[in-house]
Amino acid sequence: MRKKRRSHLTVAALSVVALLATACGGDTGGGDPGAGGGVEGPTITVGTVDFAENRILGQIYGQALEHAGYDVEITENIGNRELVAPQLEDGNLDLIVEYTGNALRFERGGEDVEIRDEQEVYDALNEAYADKGLTALRMSEAQDVDAVVVTKETAEEHGLERISDIAGFEGTFRFGGGPECETRLSCFKGLEEVYGLDNVEFVPLDVAGPITVEALKSGEVDGANLFTTQSAIVANDFVVLEDDQQLQLPQNIVPVIRQEIVDAYGDDLVSLINEITTSLTTESLTELNAKVEIDQEDPDAVAEQWLRENGFLEE
Amino acid sequence: MSPVLAQASGGIRWSWIGDNLDDIWEATVEHLWLTGIAMVVGFAIAMVLSVLAIRYRRLYGPITATTGVIFTIPSFALFFVLAPFTGLTVLTAEIGLVLYTLLVLVRNTVAGLDGVPEDVKEAARGMGYTRNRLFLEIELPLALPVIIAGLRIATVTTVGLVTITALITFGGLGRFILDGLQQNLFVPKLVVGAVGPTVLALVLDGALLLVQRALTPWSRRAAA
Amino acid sequence: MVAPGGRLMDAIVETFRWLTDAASWTGPRGVLARSLEHLWISLVPLASAMAVAIPAGVLAGHHRRGQAVGAAISNLGRAVPSLALLVFGLLLSVRVLGLGFSFWPIVFTLFFLALQPLFTNSYTAVREADPALLEAARGQGLSERDVLLAVELPVASPVILTAVRITAVQVVATAPLGALAAGGGLGRFIIDGFGQKDDGQMLGGVVLVAVFALLVEFAITRLERRVVPGPLQGRTDAAAVVATGRAN
Repeated sequence: MRKKRRSHLTVAALSVVALLATACGGDTGGGDPGAGGGVEGPTITVGTVDFAENRILGQIYGQALEHAGYDVEITENIGNRELVAPQLEDGNLDLIVEYTGNALRFERGGEDVEIRDEQEVYDALNEAYADKGLTALRMSEAQDVDAVVVTKETAEEHGLERISDIAGFEGTFRFGGGPECETRLSCFKGLEEVYGLDNVEFVPLDVAGPITVEALKSGEVDGANLFTTQSAIVANDFVVLEDDQQLQLPQNIVPVIRQEIVDAYGDDLVSLINEITTSLTTESLTELNAKVEIDQEDPDAVAEQWLRENGFLEE
Repeated sequence: MSPVLAQASGGIRWSWIGDNLDDIWEATVEHLWLTGIAMVVGFAIAMVLSVLAIRYRRLYGPITATTGVIFTIPSFALFFVLAPFTGLTVLTAEIGLVLYTLLVLVRNTVAGLDGVPEDVKEAARGMGYTRNRLFLEIELPLALPVIIAGLRIATVTTVGLVTITALITFGGLGRFILDGLQQNLFVPKLVVGAVGPTVLALVLDGALLLVQRALTPWSRRAAA
Repeated sequence: MVAPGGRLMDAIVETFRWLTDAASWTGPRGVLARSLEHLWISLVPLASAMAVAIPAGVLAGHHRRGQAVGAAISNLGRAVPSLALLVFGLLLSVRVLGLGFSFWPIVFTLFFLALQPLFTNSYTAVREADPALLEAARGQGLSERDVLLAVELPVASPVILTAVRITAVQVVATAPLGALAAGGGLGRFIIDGFGQKDDGQMLGGVVLVAVFALLVEFAITRLERRVVPGPLQGRTDAAAVVATGRAN
C-alpha cells in the first residue's frame, strides 16, 4: 500500500516478458490505490538510504506527497550516498533526504570544506547542485552529525572527552564504521588527516547499525562512527567525544529534489515539502529513530504516525 | 509522545507478522516474479546453448567452463559489478539471476539429450523422422525428466538468490532480512525473510516434480 | 548508463591497477592477509562439516535407513537461502553464544551450508554400491563393519571426494558473504570497494575470489587423481553434481 515498488517491478517485469514474446499475464492490477484527487504530473520517486533515520524521513516526505495526491514511488534501502547520488542525477530518483555538510563534501569530491556556517554550507551546496539540475529545498533546523562514540568505560579508563584525546590512547585505537567511513573525511579519514591521529586503525562494520553497536559494547572496537540522533547512544550510555577541531560541518536535514519536478509542480509541492521540513527537530528525529531501532517499529508506520501527529494526514 | 528510549519492549513482537500480511504477500509476489522471469529467460538461453553444445561438441567445454566460473562469483558481487552499468534496476537483478541458472540447466539438458538411447533415435530415423521432428517428438520428451530435474535445482537456487537482490533494493521476501537487521535484529522480520523463501523454494520444487510426473507418465524414476 | 563502453574500460584498467599495486597486497588488510583469513574461514567450517556429515551419510547409507530424513535434509538444505543462513549464524554467534561477529557467524553459515551436499552425496554413494558386490562380500563372511570399511567406503570414495571438491568450491565462493556482516576474508574487498565506490578494489576482489575458488578446485582434483583407485576415476561427476549445484 505504501511501498509502491510492486507496480514499478510489474511494469519492468511485463516489459521483459513481452520482450520475449511470451505475451501473457496482462494487467496485474498493481494500480494506484488511495490517493484521492490525483495531481497531474510526473511520478515522484523518493529514494532512501539503508539506515533507519533516512528511511523514516523518506517515508515522511513520500507519504505526505502521496496523501496530497501526487503520484509517488518509494525506493527503499539503497546502499549509501555513493550509490544514491548518481541515481538522482540520472533521473532514476527525484527526491532524497540529505545532510547539508556531508552532501557538500561529497559534491566536492571528498575534499575538505572550510566553511562551518550553516547557511553558507547550504548556499554552497545549492551552488554545486545548480548545474546538475538539482535543488536543495529549505533546510531543517534538525541536524544529525557523524560522531565518534566510545563506551562509558572506555571514556573513563582512558580519560577521553574530546577526539584529540585519542592521541593519548595507549596502543591502537580500533575505530569501527561502515565500509565507506574509511575514505570519508567526515569519518575515519578525518581522524587521520584532520586530527592527525596515527594510532587509529579502521575496522569495517555496518553503517551505524546493530553490528557497530554490538562491536562497541563487546569491545571488538574501541570507538565507532554513530550518528548523533541515534537512540543507541543514550540507550547504551555511550559517550560522544567532542569534535574539538571542528571536523564536522553542520549537517542539517535537507530534501534534495530534481529541478524538473519542481518546475512540473511548482509552489504547491515546494511549500508542502518546506512545511514538513520546518516541523522536524533534532529531538523528534532522535525519538523517531528510537521507535525503529529500539521499539522495532517499521519506518513507514513511524513516519505515518508522525505525519498524523503533526497534522499532515488529516482529511 | 511515547517514552523515548524505553528498553526493548519485552518479548518478541510476533504479531508483526499477522499485522503485515499485505506487505508479506506483496514481497512474495515480487519474489515469484523475479524468480519466474529468471527461470523463463534462463531456460530459453540454456536450451539454445544446449542445442549448440550438442550439434557442435567442441562448444560444450567452453560453455560449461564459462558458466562454471560464473558460479564461483558470489552473487552479491555480481549484482554490485552490474549496478554501475545497468543501475539499480530489475535488469541488474535478472542478469545476475539468469546467469546463475545457466550452468545447471545446460548441464542437465545436455546430459538428458545425450541419454536418449541411440537405437531409439535410429528407429525413429528409420521411420522417416526429420531432424527437427526427431528432436521435438522423441529426444526432448525422453530427456524431460533430467531437464526438469535441472529446472528444479535451478529454481530452488534462484529463489535463494532473489533474497540477495535486497542489496540492490529488490529482494522479494529477502528485504525483510535487511530490514530486520536495521531494526536491531528484529526477529519476526528475520524469520519471515528466512523461512519465507525456504517454503517458497520447497513449494516450487514440489510443483515442478508434479509437472514432471504429469508430463512423463512413463517415467516413475525421477532423476535426483 | 553514460557511455557504458568507456566505463567498462575504466573499470578494467582500475582493476588491473589495484591488483598490481603492491600496497593492495601487504599489511594486515592486504590481499595476502585477507587470503589467509579466507582460507581459514573456509577450512574450519568445511572440515567440521566433513567430520559430521560424511560419517552420518555413510552410516545412514550403510543401514539403508533414514531415506526420508535424508531426502528432507537434502531438500531443506538446498532451499534455505545463504543470506538466511548468515542471519542465523549471526544471531547464534552474537546473541546466543556471545562469540562476536568477526569470525564465527560466517563459519557457522558455511558449516550449515556444507552439511547438505556432503551428507546427501555420502549417503547416495554408499547406498548405491552394487548389491551383488555386497552380497559377495557378505558371502565371504565379512562382518558388517568390514563390509562398510573394505567394500562400501572404497567404492563410494570417488563420489564422496567429488562432493568434497564441489562443496569446498561452494564454501570458498560463499565465504565473501560474511563481509556483509563485518567478517573478514576476500569478501572485504568487494564490500569495501562497493561502499567506497572503488571499482578497482571491488572487481579485484571478485577476481581474487574466483581465482581462489579455481585454485581450490584444481588442488582437490589433483588430490582425487592420487587417492581414487584408477578404475573408479572419472565416472562420478554427474551423479554427485546433480545432487548439489547451488550458487550463492
